[in-house]
Amino acid sequence: MSSTVLDYTKEIPVIEGLPTAAALDETIVKPINDFPQRRWFIGLAITGTMLMIGVVSLSWLLWKGVGVWGINQPVAWGFDVVNFVFWVGIGHAGTLISAILFLLRQKWRTGIARFAEAMTLFAVLCAVQFVIFHTGRPWLAMAWLFPYPNQHGVWVNFTSPLEWDVFAVNTYFIVSAVFWYLGLIPDFATLRDRATTTIKKVTFSILSLGWRFSNRHWQHYERAYLIMAGFATPLVLSVHTIVSFDFAVSIIPGWHTTIFPPYFVAGAIFSGFAMVQNVLIITRKAFKFEHLITMDTIEKMNKIILVTGTIVGYAYIMEFFIAWYSGNATELFVFVNRAFGPYWWAYWTMMTCNLFTPQLFWSKRIRTSLLASFILAIFVNIGMWFERFVIIVTSLHRDFLPSSWGMFVPTMWDFGMLIGSFGLFFTLVLLFVKFLPAIAMAEIKAVIPGAQPTHHGNGASH
Amino acid sequence: MEKKLYSITAIYSYPNDIIRAAKTVRDAGYKKFDVHTPYPIHGLDGAMGLKETKLGFVTLAAAIVGAAGMISFASWVAVVDYPQVIGGKPYWSWPAFVPVTYEIAVLLAVLGTVGAMIAFFFKFPNISHPLHDTPYMKKVSADKFGVSIQADDEQFDEKKVRELLKSAGGEVEAVYYSEEFLTFKPQTFDPKFIVLLAGIALATSAGGYLYFNKVLYLPPFDWMMMQPKVNPQTMSEFYADGFGMRLPVAGTVARGFIPYPYALGAKADSVGKFLVNPLLPTKTTLDLGKKKYFTYCSPCHGNFGNGDSRMNGQFPNPPTLHSDKVRTWPDGAIFHTITVGQNVMPSYQYQISREERWAIVNYIRTLQRAYNAKESDLQ
Repeated sequence: MSSTVLDYTKEIPVIEGLPTAAALDETIVKPINDFPQRRWFIGLAITGTMLMIGVVSLSWLLWKGVGVWGINQPVAWGFDVVNFVFWVGIGHAGTLISAILFLLRQKWRTGIARFAEAMTLFAVLCAVQFVIFHTGRPWLAMAWLFPYPNQHGVWVNFTSPLEWDVFAVNTYFIVSAVFWYLGLIPDFATLRDRATTTIKKVTFSILSLGWRFSNRHWQHYERAYLIMAGFATPLVLSVHTIVSFDFAVSIIPGWHTTIFPPYFVAGAIFSGFAMVQNVLIITRKAFKFEHLITMDTIEKMNKIILVTGTIVGYAYIMEFFIAWYSGNATELFVFVNRAFGPYWWAYWTMMTCNLFTPQLFWSKRIRTSLLASFILAIFVNIGMWFERFVIIVTSLHRDFLPSSWGMFVPTMWDFGMLIGSFGLFFTLVLLFVKFLPAIAMAEIKAVIPGAQPTHHGNGASH
Repeated sequence: MEKKLYSITAIYSYPNDIIRAAKTVRDAGYKKFDVHTPYPIHGLDGAMGLKETKLGFVTLAAAIVGAAGMISFASWVAVVDYPQVIGGKPYWSWPAFVPVTYEIAVLLAVLGTVGAMIAFFFKFPNISHPLHDTPYMKKVSADKFGVSIQADDEQFDEKKVRELLKSAGGEVEAVYYSEEFLTFKPQTFDPKFIVLLAGIALATSAGGYLYFNKVLYLPPFDWMMMQPKVNPQTMSEFYADGFGMRLPVAGTVARGFIPYPYALGAKADSVGKFLVNPLLPTKTTLDLGKKKYFTYCSPCHGNFGNGDSRMNGQFPNPPTLHSDKVRTWPDGAIFHTITVGQNVMPSYQYQISREERWAIVNYIRTLQRAYNAKESDLQ
């Protein structure tokens, strides 16, 4: 047993040491003003190559059609939908950190919020490309996805979960983008005043919209931030709920389950936090943000990964229990087949990476080890990708009728698109950390010790 | 260019100082002043005497508009404009509209709040404020806290203001501006702007035209025209006879087909005895009969069956349908004549269905009775 007793009456400082606000600006702006390091270019070369693999796969897909993928009846949803759900899930951490943790007054979120929000946007972009391209003729997708008056006199079906998904994902993307931009406005103004070149000065002047740090503005700004956090909180929960409806509202055994919405939301937070953890650890190291993104933050992230991972594991087991308890032979067969059928390896990869390995975070030593956090977060990402594969492919490949049983074998173009989506995501992340402040300057300045008045009851109304 | 005084500013280093300075300025009775801080400071709103923001009302209004608008739109589509039975549910399945309604309410609430705040509360974008690009702004955007009292305040007096700010412990500095720079407003009808708009319009139209009319028809977008199948009325290299379309198997009978047993030579009145009119002379059948009579019969027989038609002279005139012969014929005889034809009249069995033929018979009976009305009919 550890002999140190934690004093819970004291608040752990969000950032380590006692940096001044000016020193903070200096640290955060450094990557933007400096010429990028060589390892940044090496990283960009790798992610750019991955992105190009995606571009080639995409071009071939557009030329030949979705037949180049491994999908066919009965597994008509393959890597496309697996990747979509995977990336949308990744995109849940950002808004969770910036909205839910804001409402819960979790100050440790400050260092990672900007970062996580940016990752949300990039992940949703990666997700959207798969749904658009899996429609087959994406240049017509607008007509199928959005209700607009057209000469065919046809409207979309508002009672379809797929249509709800269109609204949910688009709303989520727009709201996340607005939220992100709103947070960036004061930082753009700081960058404008610290600009070293005319191009930067003009760009940041326009992007900051003319922000002048007026308290008459901060007053509305803070309220707007609160309102947006209030709206984004149920929104972030609604998005993956609606994604789960894509499956749960159908009658396929293995999909038709009421546990799906909370299970999907927990899974999304789980995978999102793991991805944030991965990117965070690298950025923290590369840009020397150790005192801004503290070990305490990483430990708290690990705790959330542990909690959500256990919720997801509970859902896996509960699905099995209900399959047996319902007495429905088809349902039971699908679940037994999931664990011991032809795709058993996918199922056990999922179970290992999502339920078993995160349990190591019960140990404080592992929870506070950078290397362990990084590796276990990668495991979570692998596991969550396989979770979607298991849900989608194993449910489809054994239908009610043995005559419509089949197997799904991905082609190289399936993998090309998957690699390409990772390339897109990490390329955008690299560009983001180079060109925009990766940590919210105005927010982190407000939480350093001594940033707030000590006697603010003194006559000021509250 | 003449420089004018915009405001007197003072810089403070600690949050406590700025709160005290804000209170001092407010208590001295200044109205047009502002406090600039690199991040929001707790208690400053109260110190400055600011009223609660009204932004929440904008959010509420936008959310209500979004929710009401979306559920009305979805209902209108599902019930009025494009009703579809989906899964056997009623047209107005409102619980299924809840997700989209919710999403649009959130979307409008957020866009409305942020849009209203930026455009109306902040009057942004505005990148030519006198405070921009001043040493004062560079300090408050980094780590200092500043107060600025504007020169257009009612009780502004440069000396007094300087003393007041100094007494609160700040570094005082004046901010000047040139009127010309600030009053510059881009003109709507500026030729450059018009050219820009015209350019955008042209580029959009040209781009739209090219995209929708040209690009979308380049390969691989062949709109499924190229398919490994035989289109109707085309050649086929696959079949020996070269026809793309195939004949049905010998003896195939079309669905609902009933063979007609009497040939052209059969006498109408004798055959007619064996055929019974299945239709009653109701309004529906008479309307149908009238429509088909006008389409197929009236060109020769005339609108009222007198045999005086607009084709008069080009063909031998058909006899009147009001003769005793036709009036005493059984219904089946007229049906037979329409079906197989008679003299120059061709068969109409392929143009007019069985039911329609009987409806025409009913209509002809009506015409005959109208032309030869009895006394009792007139009462």
